[in-house]
Amino acid sequence: MDWFPLWNSIRVAGISTVITFFAGICAAHYVSRTPKVVKGLLDCVITLPMVLPPTVVGFFLLKTIGPFGPIGSAVFSLFGFKMTMTWYSAVFATTVVSLPLMYRTARGTFESFDQTLVHSGRTLGMSDTFIFWRVVMPNCRQGILAGTVLSFARALGEYGATTMVTGYIPGRTATISTTVYQLWREGNDSAAYKWVWINLAISFIVLVSVNLLENSRSRPRRSAPANAVRS
Amino acid sequence: MPIYARIKKNLGTFRLDVEFEAGDCVTGLLGASGCGKSMTLGCIAGIVKPDEGLITVNGAVVFDSANGINLPPQRRRVGLLFQSYALFPNMTGEQNIKSVLALRGGWNLRERFGSLAEKFYISGLENHYPSNLSGGQKQRVALARIMASDPVSLMLDEPLSALDSYLRWQIEGELIRTIEDFPGATLYVSHNRDEVYRLCRDVCVMDEGRAEPVRTVRELFESPGTFASSLLCGCKNYSRARKSGDDTVQAIDWNVELKCGAAIPDDIGYVGVRAHHASLAADAGDENAFRCRVLLVIPDVSSAIVNVLPDGASEDADFSKIRVETPKDLAEDIKRGDSVTVTVKPEAVMLLRR
Repeated sequence: MDWFPLWNSIRVAGISTVITFFAGICAAHYVSRTPKVVKGLLDCVITLPMVLPPTVVGFFLLKTIGPFGPIGSAVFSLFGFKMTMTWYSAVFATTVVSLPLMYRTARGTFESFDQTLVHSGRTLGMSDTFIFWRVVMPNCRQGILAGTVLSFARALGEYGATTMVTGYIPGRTATISTTVYQLWREGNDSAAYKWVWINLAISFIVLVSVNLLENSRSRPRRSAPANAVRS
Repeated sequence: MPIYARIKKNLGTFRLDVEFEAGDCVTGLLGASGCGKSMTLGCIAGIVKPDEGLITVNGAVVFDSANGINLPPQRRRVGLLFQSYALFPNMTGEQNIKSVLALRGGWNLRERFGSLAEKFYISGLENHYPSNLSGGQKQRVALARIMASDPVSLMLDEPLSALDSYLRWQIEGELIRTIEDFPGATLYVSHNRDEVYRLCRDVCVMDEGRAEPVRTVRELFESPGTFASSLLCGCKNYSRARKSGDDTVQAIDWNVELKCGAAIPDDIGYVGVRAHHASLAADAGDENAFRCRVLLVIPDVSSAIVNVLPDGASEDADFSKIRVETPKDLAEDIKRGDSVTVTVKPEAVMLLRR
């Protein structure tokens, strides 16, 4: 059995999750502090891929990073490589589709975060960077983690946009989702079933490990409970 | 002047427009909820940016709209104790304090922490997370954390209001000690007159975004001067008033003329009489004696409260009823509907501007 689709899917989902993680947090952090009108606009633009059919996202991507699209043709003439029909094309597709999940969960977490903690850190002389990484992020861990997992799961399961920008080239661009479709089309149900079970197993492992991680992290690492007041 | 603040800020529903100076002592900012006290602290600490104004802390200009100066909070060296204490929930008490100590260098971290821990009685709580600390413990950790940042002035935002009342006096005692040991100016924000009376030397009364001049707490409680201040000082009885002679005012709502112990300002708007300054123990020769009808007698823990209505007053008016606090034995024979004589000493009549 050719294991390439498994490796490729994880590679694509992994890379796009890393991108989504930082891009989503930056976008969330920035948007949660912008004035109302700009906020609404940015919010729409970033969230749009979540509500659009993936094929529409794929269509837009082809029109921009495809060989005749403005970005695609510019990159090809400058650096000499294609942005579509390669394994890493899927990274573009999955990043765009999974970014809204990371962004929205992170934004919700940032907005419900108690700003007095930031204020107190600042009056105590802490730099904004220190406050963000040592106070805001640890206290928003649950939301950030949830967003990351959702993004990874979405990237792993992405089919519509991916298939449009990468096509299906066995051993080069095939992912689990495009392989399942291809095998089913060929009437090779037994091979398709194998990939279905593999996909189910991966998803299950991801979700269970997140639950375990979340439980162990949120369990207080504390010493004996404090008494009411020093006597 | 350790803290000088002239702040204007438009907040949509109301305007903050305050100016005050606080010396090297504890200055209370006393006002009802929503009068702009916390906002004022925020402006001084640098969390909130005023529309215009000038703020100096210990001689250093930290905000000056005319010259475009607006120092970030990190450089103002103002220690602000938040009402919620704002401890970082992801750090233990020790980590909370050490993370601030480390900002000024990693030397002798353990010793520096040790001396703070000793001073604020947090030995034994070092490894507790804030969620496992009681209100008083949180406050001690938060105060130690503020002191770790070496502030030049201290600001406390309703530090006692988040605490259970039966523990409050203990924690208040600890707070008094901390404030007394602190060399710089301290601003103490509260809506509780008793706290301000006990903890502050000076006081600035705030009302609907405006600040009255700073004076000593004593002055405020003895002659509040304005209606708003008087309300905050806990005076219960008011009547609209106008000047009727060199030393008399006409209390309009009570329909009586009162002799006063102090010079009467021409712009007098109200007179106030504290409940325990109105007396039922009348002698024939007393000044400011007037007949009243008893509306209600309420026994209190250590005294009795008698609500009366002056004979000449209308029952419907807001201010017409007078609350008299009297020793229990004097109220024993009094029933609803009785006619009594109420007296008020001239020096107990508070003259209030609008």
